[in-house]
Amino acid sequence: MLKQCEGSHAVAEAVALCRPEVICAYPISPQTHIVEGIGEMVKSGELKDCEFINVESEFAAMSVAIGSSAAGARTYTATASQGLLYMVEAVYNASGLGLPIVMTVANRAIGAPINIWNDHSDSLSQRDCGWIQLFAETNQEALDLHIQAFKLAEEVSLPVMVCMDGFILTHAYERVDMPTQEQVDAYLPAYEPRQVLDTAEPVSIGAMVGPEAFMEVRYLAHARQMQALERIPQLAAEFKSVFGREAGGLVRPYRCEDAETIVIAMGSVLGTLKDTVDAMRDAGQKIGVLGITSFRPFPLVAVAAALKNCKRFVVLEKSLAVGIGGIVATNVRMAVTGMGLKGYTVIAGLGGRAITVKSLAGMLEKAGRDELDLVTFLDLDWKAVNKQLELEKTKRRSGPVAEALLRHAGIVGARNY
Amino acid sequence: MFQIRIHGRGGQGVVTAAEMLSIAAFEEGRHAQAFPSFGSERTGAPVVAFCRIADKEIRLREPIMEPDAIIIQDPTLLHQVDCFAGLKQDGYILINTTKSFEQLGLGDFVRDWHPERLCTVSATELGIKHVGRPVPNVPLLGGFAAVSGLIKLESVAKAIEDKFGDKSSSKVAQGNIAAATEAYNIVRKEMEDAVHA
Repeated sequence: MLKQCEGSHAVAEAVALCRPEVICAYPISPQTHIVEGIGEMVKSGELKDCEFINVESEFAAMSVAIGSSAAGARTYTATASQGLLYMVEAVYNASGLGLPIVMTVANRAIGAPINIWNDHSDSLSQRDCGWIQLFAETNQEALDLHIQAFKLAEEVSLPVMVCMDGFILTHAYERVDMPTQEQVDAYLPAYEPRQVLDTAEPVSIGAMVGPEAFMEVRYLAHARQMQALERIPQLAAEFKSVFGREAGGLVRPYRCEDAETIVIAMGSVLGTLKDTVDAMRDAGQKIGVLGITSFRPFPLVAVAAALKNCKRFVVLEKSLAVGIGGIVATNVRMAVTGMGLKGYTVIAGLGGRAITVKSLAGMLEKAGRDELDLVTFLDLDWKAVNKQLELEKTKRRSGPVAEALLRHAGIVGARNY
Repeated sequence: MFQIRIHGRGGQGVVTAAEMLSIAAFEEGRHAQAFPSFGSERTGAPVVAFCRIADKEIRLREPIMEPDAIIIQDPTLLHQVDCFAGLKQDGYILINTTKSFEQLGLGDFVRDWHPERLCTVSATELGIKHVGRPVPNVPLLGGFAAVSGLIKLESVAKAIEDKFGDKSSSKVAQGNIAAATEAYNIVRKEMEDAVHA
């Protein structure tokens, strides 16, 4: 059924349609509306046979999720930013133990400086933790990916993060097509765990493993992600046959066929990029967009195939690997090893900095002329940065950086918008 | 695509107004996208929310920098925030005030505008009268339906029922519908007067 609602609400309803049995979460912006929504559905009885467990922290949320998943319950939680960081030890345990928990990450920057706005630093900081990471472009895709995520997680016995841009998607009202319970039931079978804490057939889960077998257990985690790499496109195709629309998959090319320049990105910025590319196409430029939906496992082969006929690629990412440049870009460069392509990294939208068509078009035109720096910080205020660097050269006690930059920006209590 | 920016203060229902506007447009079969400017909102602080309405899927995610219409829920913001930044020439302006554009000091700014696109309505008073609370957001949506002609008053009423129908008593929904309707009629009258002036 078509409806106009908030992204968080759409995800809450989709998760409820997946018949979760345990939900445990600790509120943090911009994830809060999702778990509030599901909490209301549990309380009202709309979501039956589900226990909503209040916990005292994100660390507890993931620990409870591990326990309930090991006991055979379909388990869901959600977090963002510092909340994800606070649960990290348990996050690694969930994947290491092979427990198919599904978690929404409402992507938000990581402090310091503290910042509640959107970028991808939080989930990308966990790129090597063993969880699958799927990125949603729209609210429709966010809700669709949650339905796929439970199926994928339970099939391959790995936890899945569904990543959606905080505020930009979670707090946006837009049209979504909400599936019926019958459709979701037809797609998503009941959870059949490979391992379960069962008093009738007792096992222990979580053995200490020494050098004699640790590498093999870790390799199997990698092997399961490689299985996921195969299953993700199949699950998207099965999804289309039940729900009648495209969602998920590994990568999504847009106007890439004869493109000389391909810009690669993840999440909601793909929409703005497509508008930008349409306008540039109208002006005669051969340019396309490649959306990466599955960041982990990383689709090396699919990315290389999408880029095989282009001359150059630009990775536009909402994350920064301090000291080297891009995180997504580093992964893409591995995919195109030996292909002889020019590649550019563009860091954009950190901490909620708006990414506009105007800035994108200017940057992409420069890229098309191969005049772009190898690493570019889109819309960076160089005047402010250079002023601070100058101050630090001349004065030992230059003071706290964030406060100085805020003063330079003239922020007192008001913003233009 | 038609783009609307709503300026107000924390507690005035700025974000809710943009959301309801998107619901009203959805009710008419259109695509709509509403989103807030994500500040550290608190009661009384300047708040902005955005709404885009189009006949095809809206993919754009940048803030609205060149709006077709501006709704100002609190005229004291005129001294604090550049509410009209990027407003298209001859765009629609709707302000919650008992004063005129001249009295607000905007006479020069809108000198060449179509006069029927410049409207004011005492939305706070209408909120008090019909809902018992000084919340101007919903009456302004009624006024916006009139001044822009973009959405029908009935669609605004449907959006009100969607937002307030379940949770609160339907009395709240009915009060808001009455407030929106009166604002709609006031603005319609104002537009007619402006054309005939």
